[in-house]
Amino acid sequence: MVSQVLQKPAELPISARLAKNVRRHILERVIEFILMLAALSAVATTISIVVILLYESYTFFEHVSLFDFLTDTEWTPLFENAHYGILPLVSGTLTTSAIALAVAIPLGTIGAIYLSEFASHRTREIVKPILELLVGVPTVVFGYFALLFVTPLLQKIFPELPGFNMLGPGIVMGIMIIPYISSMAEDAMRAVPMSMREGSYAMGATRFQTAIRVVTPAAISGIIAAYILGISRAVGETMVVALAAGQQPNLTFNPMESAATITAYIVQVAMGDLPHGSIGYQSIFAAGLVLMLMTLTFNIIGHLTRKRFREVY
Amino acid sequence: MTTQASVLENLAEVRAMIRKHKRNDFIFSIVGLLALMIGLLTLLTLFIDLVIDGYPRFNLDFLTNYPSRRAASAGLLSAWVGSLLVMLVTFFSAVPMGVAAGVYLEEYAPKNWFSDLIEINVTNLAGVPSIVYGLLALGLFVYGLNLGESILTAGLTLGLLILPIVIVTTRESIRGIPVSIREAAYAVGATKWQVVFHHVLHYSSGGILTGIIIGMARALGETAPIITIGALTFIAFLPPSPVSDVAPFINFEWLESGFTVLPIQMFNWLSRPDHAFHINAAATGALIIVVTLLMNGTAIWLRYRIRKNIKW
Repeated sequence: MVSQVLQKPAELPISARLAKNVRRHILERVIEFILMLAALSAVATTISIVVILLYESYTFFEHVSLFDFLTDTEWTPLFENAHYGILPLVSGTLTTSAIALAVAIPLGTIGAIYLSEFASHRTREIVKPILELLVGVPTVVFGYFALLFVTPLLQKIFPELPGFNMLGPGIVMGIMIIPYISSMAEDAMRAVPMSMREGSYAMGATRFQTAIRVVTPAAISGIIAAYILGISRAVGETMVVALAAGQQPNLTFNPMESAATITAYIVQVAMGDLPHGSIGYQSIFAAGLVLMLMTLTFNIIGHLTRKRFREVY
Repeated sequence: MTTQASVLENLAEVRAMIRKHKRNDFIFSIVGLLALMIGLLTLLTLFIDLVIDGYPRFNLDFLTNYPSRRAASAGLLSAWVGSLLVMLVTFFSAVPMGVAAGVYLEEYAPKNWFSDLIEINVTNLAGVPSIVYGLLALGLFVYGLNLGESILTAGLTLGLLILPIVIVTTRESIRGIPVSIREAAYAVGATKWQVVFHHVLHYSSGGILTGIIIGMARALGETAPIITIGALTFIAFLPPSPVSDVAPFINFEWLESGFTVLPIQMFNWLSRPDHAFHINAAATGALIIVVTLLMNGTAIWLRYRIRKNIKW
């Protein structure tokens, strides 16, 4: 419309208002473009992460064969006699995560059932903000807790437990993940339509029976997705394990032993003073790539589970 | 007679069953509440533990001293100043970018594969472990763009880290603004940007603010990415002041300065074998917890207020 007006013969003066309209129109486009650039920053970040991890890992894998990386049982990149087997770091990561989940899954699920099926509106209004506060506590503080409170406490029960072990940080990590799992599982349960509960109550079922036999099976995909995303959180968690699980790569699944996780290794190397471009420097990117692939796999499976297997009512 | 007796017996049985099930309900609600309270109890224990352990350091000297080799005279000065400056950079990088991205996705983005791509990216970024952002910053900012281990690098890294939080909360609060508000503004001749800037953003500013506060609290406590970019842990100087007394009164030298932040200082003290330093770490931890809890508490309270007050 604006352009039609502009094409009229020159003797017709374009009113100031129309000129303003044109300016406005251009400005609108410019603004939209700037906003789009901002949104693209998310894509740019993802691409940069992938490019940098792949690029530095590529130089790493020029020195180390992929086969050794995946099968060697020792990880000693900083030693004279260097071995580059990722397995000890992966075993440490999986063991601490498994302990965390053994704590977080039962408690998180029970908490979710309680919040969704038992708690009154008022209780929920009080409990949920508290859980949110817990999510906001910095992880380094939880690391202090694992190292100087939980581990000494556990040593009273298991006197042979070393000062650095995977049990303490695993438990603390589990407590950290409870709010995360319970809030996601609760969302899934509350999405189950009320009519299903009413049907169950009408048959004479109690709240507990309804929750366990009707609501939980109906929301199971969402609940499992919450577990899987919880695993991803545990695998990527850094400070708690870096502080309390020890820094010695150790191919073991025994929670009573000390072992380094992938994240703890990255922190350990970064704290030291490795020259840029050395094999030690590149090894943290290779470790980071493995970590990224693990969390990405869990995240994708989690989202797919939630989407694909959701029962539609 | 016999039928009546059996009915009565049955009734007693049924009543016993009902009692049993009601008891189960009650027991479960106690167990459920306990399961949730474990988190709260942990938080309380943790805080009390930190306060008891760190008590000897609760004095002003602790905030005005530089780190030192002697635990008793070591302080947090360079750490809290560093945290403040890093947060400044984080704020000015993540907030404009995040809000703009949120506005674009909610108000402008057409429904096509391109917008879907951006959406999937934001969701994914929220799930990336924080230490991976540290590796990104190490490769991109420190060595790629040669920014070094500076306040600017740390601020930008944390900015990227909290970007998904800001984007998601911006979108959520914008989504709460009813279409009728937009239509009213369009009806009096506003352009799209005027509708967004004068109305939509204005009314959703409270919600966006909660997201920003939560994001900043997260950035304040985040340790792993900053360690990864190679932040120094023993800093006995302050970065150049951002404000000076000669024109132009503001300078940006501090952006390139080395730094340390509160969680890193805590981590450093904690990883020393000497127990005297653990006291310092506990005091620092108590400080970090108080500040982050206050920030998160403000955000939650703000959200509660908004939800309660606004009725469209």
